[in-house]
Amino acid sequence: MLLVADYLAFSTRAFLGIGRGAIGIERLRVHATFVQMVNVGVNSFPTVGMACFFMGLVLAMQGADQLQQLGALDKVADLVSFSMLREIGPLITAVVIIGRSGSAITAEIGTMKVNQEIEALEVMAIDPFRFLVVPRLLAMLVMCPCLTMLGIALGLVGGWILGVYSLHLNPYFYVTNTLAAVDLKDLYSGLFKGLVFGGLIATISCYYGMRVEGGAEGVGKNTNRAVVVALLSVLAMDAVLTAFFFFAI
Amino acid sequence: MASSPLPDARKTPLKPKFAIEVRNLVKRFGKRTVLNKINFKLPLGGVLAIMGGSGCGKTTLLRHLIGLVQPDEGEIFIMGREISRLSQNELYELRRSYGMLFQGGALLQSLTVGENVALPILESSRVDEKVASLVVKMKLELVGLTGFEHLKPAQISGGMVKRVALARALALDPDLIFCDEPSAGLDPIMTAVIDKLICDLTEKLGISVAVVTHDMASAFRIASHMIFLFEGQVVAEGSPGEIRQNPDARLQQFINGLPDGPIPLRLSKDDYLKELLGKNSS
Repeated sequence: MLLVADYLAFSTRAFLGIGRGAIGIERLRVHATFVQMVNVGVNSFPTVGMACFFMGLVLAMQGADQLQQLGALDKVADLVSFSMLREIGPLITAVVIIGRSGSAITAEIGTMKVNQEIEALEVMAIDPFRFLVVPRLLAMLVMCPCLTMLGIALGLVGGWILGVYSLHLNPYFYVTNTLAAVDLKDLYSGLFKGLVFGGLIATISCYYGMRVEGGAEGVGKNTNRAVVVALLSVLAMDAVLTAFFFFAI
Repeated sequence: MASSPLPDARKTPLKPKFAIEVRNLVKRFGKRTVLNKINFKLPLGGVLAIMGGSGCGKTTLLRHLIGLVQPDEGEIFIMGREISRLSQNELYELRRSYGMLFQGGALLQSLTVGENVALPILESSRVDEKVASLVVKMKLELVGLTGFEHLKPAQISGGMVKRVALARALALDPDLIFCDEPSAGLDPIMTAVIDKLICDLTEKLGISVAVVTHDMASAFRIASHMIFLFEGQVVAEGSPGEIRQNPDARLQQFINGLPDGPIPLRLSKDDYLKELLGKNSS
């Protein structure tokens, strides 16, 4: 419970840091935020894109196998689009970002802590929160929904390629079916999930980085913890958001 | 306390008499008292050497002085302000008046040498980057590293890292500098270079310096005032001459680097037997 309370206080401070920067009480590190956006977003795009593309292919294959038995092979487009927008796109994107960027954030901040770089910032009257956490959180909040959208698009392309070239579905008919199967709420819910997952991944990764103790071993342990906790938190939050969007309202 | 000549904690005196004043500082970690009733003063423009064996509390004392650790008891006045009672913003404001040279340099590895030195300047004020760049060149010239602005810390030697860290500590023209083992891991020539830099800072710029060190030759070369810590207490204090003449056997063993004396390297025979038989485990 203490850990959760400590994490919540940490996250609140991080979000307040963005708020203070937005209204001009504190200086936002704009350049550092763009650097992080490149690290988190642009450099992650090939991995996220490939992962979602293959998931689109796999979804179409698995769906075709089952739907063919029901004589509804043309519903593959519905299944792929529906699943990619609501669940698979945001989830696969988040999982890739946790593995690629979340772990890197924890390891980087943790190593800075071990090397006394964070103490040096403190002694130079530079708030480590404003300097390190806020740019990473802001970058993740912007880039996670963007990556989710691109991931969804590539997942749909994967499904289309399999549907057209392997299942011999009409390409135009596949696109029409895709558009008919989903509505804007599916897209918004997916993007909102991306935003929430981005916030979770950034705060958890930074939290474990800032709490590193005990040298290189501590960096390794906390990086491992950050990945596990971020993964479980994203999955739990996914269940909560799915219930909220598709059962409660 | 009522007759204390010290100023109110939250008011900055126009001219503090001492750069550092520590009164009855006590720090405990669990049941272990790491610092016990520490008292000392460093006049403005002086160089204080904080000496003592490994684990005697030197680094903990330094962390108190720079405001990274709060004392359990006692008061610490830096440039006339009691740091444990300051708010975060007041502490940040005070920190802009002192610099710190960490043992390993603690340069930000993701930034270049120039960016590291410019960091406190750009973060503490809205100064133009061109002006900051000029100040960086001046500070790097001061430590003999002109032309190294574009290298990363990983691309320069340990001695150069220390000098860059010193340049960064000097970036905001501080009144006081703290140094944690400035000569650790350096060759004798580089140690002498760092010592000369510290002496120049006090002589030419009037900066006060507090140095935590094991290196006796270096300490006697630079210090105007010395304290010797043993088991969390100040057991000797004075000028270098007074320290040399001090009859305390622990101090003499330490400054002469003698293997045998009152500071034990090993357990006594009785303690060793108890340790072997596991009687100390409880």
